Amino acid sequence: MFESFKTRAEAVSAEVHRFPTKTEALNFILELMKKEGVADTPSKYAVWADCPFLKNLDTKELSTKVPGLKFQFDRSIAKEALIGVTQMDYGIASTGSLVGDQTAIEQRLASSLTFINIALVATSNILADIPALMTKMHPNHAGFIAFITGPSRTADIERVLTIGVHGPERLVIVAVDELGGMN
Amino acid sequence: MSNDPKTQDIYAAIDKAVNNPNLTGALGRFSEAYVVSRAKVYEGVDFEGLRKAIGTARQYVADHLEEVAETFKKNAEARGAKVFIARSAKEAKDYITNLALEKGVKSIVKSKSMASEEIHLNEHLAKHGITAEETDLGEWIIQLAGQKPSHMVMPAIHLTKEEVSDIFSKEVHERLTSDIPRLVKVARKELREKFFRAEMGISGANIAIAETGSILLVTNEGNARLVTTLPKIHVVLVGMEKLVQSYMDAAPILHALPRSATSQLLTSYVSLITGPTKTEDGTMKELHIVLMDNKRSEMARDPKFKQAFNCIRCASCLNVCPVYRLVGGHVFGYVYTGGIGTILTAWFNELKTSQDIQGLCIQCGKCKEICPGGIDIPGLILEIRHRLTANQGLPFIQKAALKVINNRPVFHAMLRAAYLGQKMFEKEGYIRHLPMFLSPLAEYRSLPTIAKESFREVFKKIKQPKGRVKAAFFAGCATEFVFPKVGEAIVKILNKAGIEVIFPEGQTCCGIPHWGSGAFDMAAMSAEQNLKALLDNDVQYIVTGCASCATALKKEWAHILKDQGKSSLAADAEKLAAKTYIFSELVKKMIDEKRLTPKDTKKIMSFTYHDSCHAKRHCGVYKEPREVLQSVGYELKEMFECDTCCGMGGSYTVKQPTLSMRMLQRKLKNIEDTGADVVGVECPGCLIQIGGGLDKAKSKIKAKHIAELLVDKFE
Repeated sequence: MFESFKTRAEAVSAEVHRFPTKTEALNFILELMKKEGVADTPSKYAVWADCPFLKNLDTKELSTKVPGLKFQFDRSIAKEALIGVTQMDYGIASTGSLVGDQTAIEQRLASSLTFINIALVATSNILADIPALMTKMHPNHAGFIAFITGPSRTADIERVLTIGVHGPERLVIVAVDELGGMN
Repeated sequence: MSNDPKTQDIYAAIDKAVNNPNLTGALGRFSEAYVVSRAKVYEGVDFEGLRKAIGTARQYVADHLEEVAETFKKNAEARGAKVFIARSAKEAKDYITNLALEKGVKSIVKSKSMASEEIHLNEHLAKHGITAEETDLGEWIIQLAGQKPSHMVMPAIHLTKEEVSDIFSKEVHERLTSDIPRLVKVARKELREKFFRAEMGISGANIAIAETGSILLVTNEGNARLVTTLPKIHVVLVGMEKLVQSYMDAAPILHALPRSATSQLLTSYVSLITGPTKTEDGTMKELHIVLMDNKRSEMARDPKFKQAFNCIRCASCLNVCPVYRLVGGHVFGYVYTGGIGTILTAWFNELKTSQDIQGLCIQCGKCKEICPGGIDIPGLILEIRHRLTANQGLPFIQKAALKVINNRPVFHAMLRAAYLGQKMFEKEGYIRHLPMFLSPLAEYRSLPTIAKESFREVFKKIKQPKGRVKAAFFAGCATEFVFPKVGEAIVKILNKAGIEVIFPEGQTCCGIPHWGSGAFDMAAMSAEQNLKALLDNDVQYIVTGCASCATALKKEWAHILKDQGKSSLAADAEKLAAKTYIFSELVKKMIDEKRLTPKDTKKIMSFTYHDSCHAKRHCGVYKEPREVLQSVGYELKEMFECDTCCGMGGSYTVKQPTLSMRMLQRKLKNIEDTGADVVGVECPGCLIQIGGGLDKAKSKIKAKHIAELLVDKFE
C-alpha cells in the first residue's frame, strides 16, 4: 500500500519519506528546517500545528534547537512562515493524497499559507481509495475535512503546469511507522 | 445567412474567433492533448458504472428536489450554518449584498463560482460599493481584463502569456516579462494581501451533500482554502443541481470530476466543509449557504431536460467538441459555454437566448460519448431546436426545402432542373466555382453535381437474381440523386452474395434533415411514409449505404414516432430496425457466413478510413468497414482523429459555412498525413464534403464510398 501511495504522490510532485521511528522523523524535519534556513525573522519562521506526534515531546527544547520554530501561532505568524508542519489522519494509495481533520484553524494556516508543508502521517493509516476513506472519516465528526494531493498548482496560463500558486510550493510527506505500526 | 441582427452578431463573432490564431492554436493543442491525458487517467476505470452511479444520484435529486433541498437546509443549519434557498437570481444577489452591507463588508475574496457569474454577482456588489476580487488565477486574469470566461475550467485559455503579462503589468504598475512562473508569483503576492484584508469570502461548491449539510470544494490552486479560512464570514453560492442526497453519493462525482475536467486522479485540494468552524480568537465563523434555484426546479420537472442535473461541470463536452475548439467560449455569449453551456443558457436565461448558439452544434455526438453524467447533450440541443421551432416556426425557405425532400416526385423534378442548370459550372462531376453569394460554399470544396440519371432509373437496368434471400435497398437522397454509382455497386455486391435486391418505390427521405432541424413532426411523417414502403415487402434485410439513413432506420424512427404521438407505429419501426444493416455490416456478415469470397488477399492499395459520426457513434459501426476492406487486400493506414466530424452535418455546411470549412480543412490535413492512396467513407454526406475538399485541393487522394472500393473484389 505504501509503495503505491508513494508512486502516486511523487507523480504529482510530492516528496515522500518514510521512517521507522518518531525520533528519525523528527531529526529529518529539524534538519530540513535548518537546511531551508528557518530563522527567527519574518518570512523565515516555521510553524508546527498541534498534533499527536508532538505528544511527549518538549516543544520548548525544539524551539531552542531551531530558532524561529513556533508551536503557538496566528495568521500573521503563519503568513511569515517558510515551513508549516501538520499531521494528517490518513493517506490514500490510489491517488497519493493525504486527508486530515483540519477543523482547527491552525491546521489550515500551517498547511495553506506556507511555502513548504511538511505533512506527517502514520504509515499504517494509508488506505486503498476514497470510498475506503469515506468509511473512516465522516463530516458528522469533523467540520473541515481536507484532502491534499501534491503541492498547489495551476495551468491557467497557456496550460503550462506551474507549482505553487496560493498554497505551498512543496509538499513533504513524512510517513512514520511508529505512529501506527507497519503497512 | 440571415438578416436578423443578432444572428449577424454570431457570424461576426465566429469569424473573429476562427481568425484569431492564438485562440485556435491554444484550443486546438489543448483538444488534442486532452483526449490522450483523459484516456490515460481513466485507464482501468469502469466508466459506464461510474456514469450510472452519478446518474442515479443526480436523478434522485431531480425527482425529489424540494425534499433534498430541505434536508440539506435542516442538516446544515443543525451544524450552525444559515441556509437560504434563493428562487431567483435577484433573491440570491439581494441576500448576499444585504448580508455584506449589514456586516459592513467592503472587500470580498472569491474562489471560482460559475453560479456567481450566472447572476452577475460581482457587478451587483460593485453597485453597492463592495469590491469582490476573484482569486482563482484564471478568473482573476479575466476579471482584470474585463472579459468573460471562455472555458468553464480554464477561464483564460484564450489568452497568451504575453497578454497576461500586459494585464498584470498594468495592475502592479511594473513592466513584467511573460515568464509564466514569475507571473504566477506576482498573482500570489498580490492576492495574498487581499485574502488578509477581506471581511468576507465567497465560494461556489462542486457538491452539496444533503445528508450531512456539507459542501465540497475541488480546487488546485489552494485559493478556496484561503477564501473559506481567512475571512470571518464565508458565503457559499451553489446551484440546487449540485445536491446529492447521501455522503456516499459524492464518491462517484469526486472520482469522475478531476479525471474528466483536468485529467487528474484528484485535484491538489478537496475541502469538505460542514458548518462553521472556530476562528483564531475562539469565536465561531459565520457560514451562509445560498442554495440557488433560478429555474433549476423547473428544469428538474421537465421530463427531457432533467437529465441535465447529471452535469458535474467538468467541461469535457467542450474539450472534445470540434466546433468549440474552433471558436472558444466567447462566441456563446453567456457564462456557460460549449455543449452543456448551450443547454444551461437555454434554461437559466431564456429559451430564445439559445437561438443562435444551438445552431453551432453539428450533432456529431462526441460529447455524448465522454460525458461522465451520461447526458445526451446533442439530443437535448436538438430538443431546444425543436422547441424553438415549435415556438417560432422554421424560416420559410428551410421549411419549404424540407417539405420538398419529403415529396419524391417534386424533389426529383426540381433536381432534374438543377441538373440542367448546373451544366455551366460542372467539370468532371464536380462544381468548383459558384457565382456571387454562393461562392463561399465552393471556396474550400468542390460541390458534386446532380447525376444525369437517378438511382431508381439505374436500378431498373440491373437484372436481379431470383433467390431465397431478399433485401430491400434504402437509397437515401444523396445516393439516389448524386451518387447512383454507389447504389449500383451496393446492389451488385449483394447480388454476388446471392441476394435479390428490391427497391421499394414508395421510399423517400429518411427524415434526418427534418429531425436535425427540430421539425420533429415532419421527421415523423417521413418515418411513417417509409415504414409503409419498406415493410410492404417480405425481405430478410433492409440495407442502406448511408450512415445517416441507417441511424434513422435503426435508431430514430421508433423514437421519433413515439415522441410525436404515433406509438402504434413504433412496434413496426422496431421490427424494421432489427433487420436494418448498414452496407459494410451486411458485407461483413456475408463474408463471415462464406456467402461472399474475396478474390485474393494480395495488397491492392492503401486506404485510410473516415468514420462518419452517424456510423460510429449512432450505429456503433466502425470495425466492419475496416475489416471488410482489409479482407479484400487493402492496407489500412489509420488517420489521426479518424472519427472526428468532417464538418458536413447535412444542412450545417450551409448554415455554418465557416465552421464547416474549418473542420474540413483539418480533416483534409489528417487524410493527407496518412499518405494513403484512397480514403474510404460510408456516408454520402461525408463523401460530398471530403471528396469535394480533396478535389478542390487538387489532392492525389480520392474519397470513395466503401462500396465503390469493394465492387469488383469478390468471386
